[in-house]
Amino acid sequence: MSNDCLAELSGVSKRFGKTVALDGLDLQLQRGELFAVLGPNGAGKTTAISLMLGLQQPDAGSVSLFGQSPLLVETRRQVGVMMQEVYLVPELRVREQIDLVASYYPAPISPDAAMEMTHTTSLANRPYGKLSGGQKRQAQFAMAICGCPKLLFLDEPTVGLDLQARELMWGALRQLVNHGASIVLTTHYLEEAEALADRVAILAKGRMIASGTVKEMRALVTRRQITCSSKLDVEQIRTWPSVEHASREQQRLRITTSDAEAVVRRLMDADANLQELEVRRAGLAEAFTELTQEAAS
Amino acid sequence: MKAISLEVSGDTARKELIRGMIMPPGRLLRAYLKEAKYEMARMLRTPAFAIPFLGLPALLYLLFGALIFSDAIRNDLQAGKFIFTAFAVFGVMGPGLFGFGMTVAIEREQGLLKLKRALPMPPAAYPIAKMFMAVMFALIVMATMIAALPLGHLKLTVGQALAVVVINVLGSLPFCAIGLFIGARTTSRSAAAFVNIIYQVMMHISGLFYPLPGFLRAIAPVWPTYHLQQLVFSAIGAPSQGKAVIHVIALTGVTAMLTALSVRRLARAG
Repeated sequence: MSNDCLAELSGVSKRFGKTVALDGLDLQLQRGELFAVLGPNGAGKTTAISLMLGLQQPDAGSVSLFGQSPLLVETRRQVGVMMQEVYLVPELRVREQIDLVASYYPAPISPDAAMEMTHTTSLANRPYGKLSGGQKRQAQFAMAICGCPKLLFLDEPTVGLDLQARELMWGALRQLVNHGASIVLTTHYLEEAEALADRVAILAKGRMIASGTVKEMRALVTRRQITCSSKLDVEQIRTWPSVEHASREQQRLRITTSDAEAVVRRLMDADANLQELEVRRAGLAEAFTELTQEAAS
Repeated sequence: MKAISLEVSGDTARKELIRGMIMPPGRLLRAYLKEAKYEMARMLRTPAFAIPFLGLPALLYLLFGALIFSDAIRNDLQAGKFIFTAFAVFGVMGPGLFGFGMTVAIEREQGLLKLKRALPMPPAAYPIAKMFMAVMFALIVMATMIAALPLGHLKLTVGQALAVVVINVLGSLPFCAIGLFIGARTTSRSAAAFVNIIYQVMMHISGLFYPLPGFLRAIAPVWPTYHLQQLVFSAIGAPSQGKAVIHVIALTGVTAMLTALSVRRLARAG
């Protein structure tokens, strides 16, 4: 393994009873990148992270973290973690929770510095049990970074955050990557991957169905979306070749097609009064839906 | 970042990697201390847990020893020693059994233990912190018991009082181990039931509070409470059964065996 590969799953399979969670998954995390793992519920995202952290053992294949076994506590001293659905001791204050986690690491930053970075200073003396859902996520984020980890695993970090808190967390994540940290994050929010990720992997049914940069992901999807103001009949447009979907919201027509040029030409011919024409490549959201549907079919 | 990592030689990068993995001994000790400190803090901040376990043994001792059986104890020194021993042992059972049994089961179920396994927490820090909490609670319980002694018409020498404290504080460990064993294997709901059953059983059929009929007396040595009670008896000069060394072996054996089984289980499955 090269020095630049921090975590690796190779040919990993994992089943729980009759359910196949991962099916021969290969994943490599490179140094200094923010890697987003996307996929619908049950795709195997959390299982993949659990394996990399040594919380579960693969049925087949191998897992390495910094070239070692993730079961070694020494290996995990370079790792920060934010898990989904964890209940922390409600009686301890936020500063105390961070202080405790920081004590597990060889060279942590102070709890105050961690709270400053994560914009949680105002929560310092609040008992954890009294925080709102979003504040709990913010406190968990501070706990994840306080050990100065080289690699952060964040499982759905922004669930439950309001827009402002989410922007703040994104800012902190970018800052961490700029300072040389590597990050793996799972998310349901495609705009999160679009805003942050250097590289994206899309999982469905325990397999990787696509991986690459956000741009590459979008390029994989040939469909484009056309919107315009027109009085043309939607039913009729649906019968045109290469039109996959057409709908109307008041004046606006929305058409998804694999051949945008041909459809635009025909639209212009059919309606001389057509206005406000827009053609755009599908976003990650559309790419994601399309890829996971293809995997399912 | 890539540019930087290309500049350093593989050897330097490797050294840097290793440095991030090694914990200086001072920091390792600190991790254990912090875990213990915060375990203690959260238990003291849970009055529903702390008050009954800290206050009840001495209060009950005063109720029975200083009020209800006051006359009997004044005339029978051994009766006074029996009642004192009963409530002292009763007092050190609770924190270990409930502090471990309930909280480990709850924390396992709620994912806290999983997070701690993912984090670089020293693996032994979690059970040791809980054990420290139980031992500190036992120490407070014993301090209140010793403070209540004069009202209970019982005089112990300083040596005897110290011996009772040491025996009972260490004697809380087998109950920690039983609690841990239950907590490592059950859900939080069934842990409550199991802990309560074993708590009641040990209190009532090990001869702690009243003399037992023949059959139960014969099987009393299966209960740690019996061995602890006999050790306290011999330390305060009350008639006791069996050899001290056998009692110590029994208590140590239960502690070691159940702790080992539980730690193995927790490391595997959390």
